[in-house]
Amino acid sequence: MALFGKKKHTSVKVRKRDIPDGLWIKCPSCSEMVFKQELEAALNVCPRCEYHFPFARQARLALLSEAGSFEEWDAGLTSVDVLTFTGTATYTAKLKENQQETGCRDAITCGRARLGRHVIALGVMDFEFLGASMGAVVGEKVARLVERGTVERLPVLIACTSGGARMYEGLYSLMQMAKTSAALARHAAARLPYIPVLTHPTTAGVMASFATLGDVIIAEPGALIGFAGPRVIKETTQQELPAGFQSAEFLLKHGLLDMVVPRKELKSQLILLLDYLMPPPPAEPLPAPAAASTP
Amino acid sequence: MAAYALPFEKPLAELNRKLEELRGFGRKQNVDVAADLAQMERKIAETREKIFAQLTPWQIVQVARHPLRPYALDYVREMFVDFSELHGDRIHRDDRAIFGGLAKLGEHRVMVIGTQKGRDTKGNLEVNFGCAYPEGYRKALRLMRLAAKFNLPIITLIDTPGAYPGIESEERHIAEAIAVNLREMFTFAVPMLVTIIGEGGSGGALGIGVGDRVLMLQYAYYSVISPEGCAAILWKNRSYADRAAAALKITSRDLLAMKLADEIVPEPLGGAHVDPRQMGATLKQILLRHLLELKQVPPDELLERRYAKFRAMGVFAEQPAAAAAPVAAPGAAVQP
Repeated sequence: MALFGKKKHTSVKVRKRDIPDGLWIKCPSCSEMVFKQELEAALNVCPRCEYHFPFARQARLALLSEAGSFEEWDAGLTSVDVLTFTGTATYTAKLKENQQETGCRDAITCGRARLGRHVIALGVMDFEFLGASMGAVVGEKVARLVERGTVERLPVLIACTSGGARMYEGLYSLMQMAKTSAALARHAAARLPYIPVLTHPTTAGVMASFATLGDVIIAEPGALIGFAGPRVIKETTQQELPAGFQSAEFLLKHGLLDMVVPRKELKSQLILLLDYLMPPPPAEPLPAPAAASTP
Repeated sequence: MAAYALPFEKPLAELNRKLEELRGFGRKQNVDVAADLAQMERKIAETREKIFAQLTPWQIVQVARHPLRPYALDYVREMFVDFSELHGDRIHRDDRAIFGGLAKLGEHRVMVIGTQKGRDTKGNLEVNFGCAYPEGYRKALRLMRLAAKFNLPIITLIDTPGAYPGIESEERHIAEAIAVNLREMFTFAVPMLVTIIGEGGSGGALGIGVGDRVLMLQYAYYSVISPEGCAAILWKNRSYADRAAAALKITSRDLLAMKLADEIVPEPLGGAHVDPRQMGATLKQILLRHLLELKQVPPDELLERRYAKFRAMGVFAEQPAAAAAPVAAPGAAVQP
C-alpha cells in the first residue's frame, strides 16, 4: 500500500527506445513518420498531432534559460549507497550504470539562469536517470535551489518528472519530501513565486511534495500526473479507470492545474507569469534637493 | 493473547496449549500440578523472550500489523482525558481514517490527531483500513491550524499502511493534500510530537508526521514503500517481502541509528497488545517528558530547530565544484 518508488510499476512509457535516434521517427500517437531534424526543431513535439515526445535534460535547460545564461549550482553532489542496499543488484551498480548512460551524476540539474528579463533559480529533472526518483541528492539539490532562491530573492522554477522516491535510500528518500517542502515554506513566506512545470510523468513522492506546491502549477499536454500509479490503483480498487485518468487534461478539469501549456509556448507563458509575479523594482526615487535633506 | 498467534509465535501457542491441558488435567484428576505449571510458565516466558530478542525485520512488520495491537484511539483512551473529537475538513466530508480532537495529556491541553484502523470488517470499512483520503489530510491540517492559533501542542499517533490509492483520491488530489501538510507543518509554532505506533506507511504517514520529535514504538516500522511493494518491484514477487523488509531498514532500531527517529518507546514483552495499559502508560510518560522540554523552547527557536532537523536528513557525497567533472567516482565527504 505504500506508494513511493514504484516507478517500474506504472505504465509509464518513457523508455530509452522511445527517444528518437533514427533518421525518421514514428509518432506513437498518430503513427506519422516524422523527420528527426524536423522533430527536434519543433522541441520534440509531433508536428501533426502535437504529441509531446520526451525532452532531454539539456534541451529542457536550453528551453527554459536564455542562451549562455545558465550557471550550474551544486554540481558535485553524488548519491551514496547509504543502506548498503541488497536487492537484485546493488545500488552502487545501478548508480554507475545510470551515470554512464546519462553522463550526469543524478536526476536533477540546478542553477541560476536568465529567463526573459528575470533571473531565476532553475531545476530540471531527468526521467532517464533512475526514473528521476528522489533520493538525498535530488532532495538536497532542490532544497539548496529553493534556499538560495530565497536568499537571492529569485523566483524558483522546476521542470518536474519522477517515478517517486528512491527506494534504495529507504526512509531517507521519504524525508526528502519534508525537506523540500520545508524550504518552499520559507520561499513562500518571503513572497517569492514558485512555478513547477509537470512533465511526463510526475508521480508519487515528488508529486506529494514540491511538484504540487506551486503558486501556479503548469503541466505539459498529455503528461501522466498522479500520486499512485494507474496499475496500483486498478489493483487496489478493482475498478476500471476513467478515460484519460491522471492525464494533464484530466487534472486541469479536476482543478489541480492552473494551465496546460504546449512546449512551444512554455517559455513565453512562464515569462508572462513572472512579469506578473515579479514586477520590476520601483524606479529609484529622485534624489531630494540637497537643501531639503539637511535635518 | 494466545487467541491469535503470528507464524513465528507457533512454539508459544503450542506451549500455551499444553499449559491449558495440564491445568485441565490437574483439575479433573484432582492432582497437584502446581510445580509443573510453574515450570511450564517459566518455559513459556523464556521462549517468548528468546523469540522476541531476535525478531527479524519482517517479523517486526507482522507485530506492527498484529490484529490485536492497540490502535490510535486505544491510546487516546489510555493516555488522555476529556477527549473532544472534532470532525470534517469543511470541504468534502469527515474522513474516519484520520481523527482529531482536543484532549488533555496530564495537565497539558493539546490537539491529538491520529490514523485509525478497524478491529473488524465493519470497523475497517468505516475507516477504510486506516488509509486516508485527501479529506483526511485536509481535516488534519485544519485541526493543526486550530491548535497553532490557540497555542496548543500537537500530538500525532500514526498507524497506516499508506494514503489511499484510489480514483477519488486522485480526483481530489491526495498528493497536493499531503504536500500542503508537509509545508504547513513547518510553520506551526507549537510543540509537535509524532509517534509511529504501528505501521508508518510512506507518504500517508509523513502527511501528519513532521514534528519536533519523532518517536517509534519498539515494534513499529516506518518505510518509504511496503515490504511487499518493494519485493514486487525488485524480485517481481511479493513473497520476497522478508528480504525487502531487511533491505529497506525500517525498524525502530535502524531508524534510531539513522537519526530519523529520536527515541524508541519500549513495548511489553510480546508486543504492545500483550499489555495495552502498560504500553499506554509508558508512551504517556515519554510524551510528557518531551512536551515539557519543548514547552521551554521559544516559538521561533522551535521552528528553526524543526527546519534544521528535517533539513539534515539524507546522506550524499559532495565534491568541490571545481572538481565536479561529470560522473567521477563518488567522493569521500559523506555528510550525514
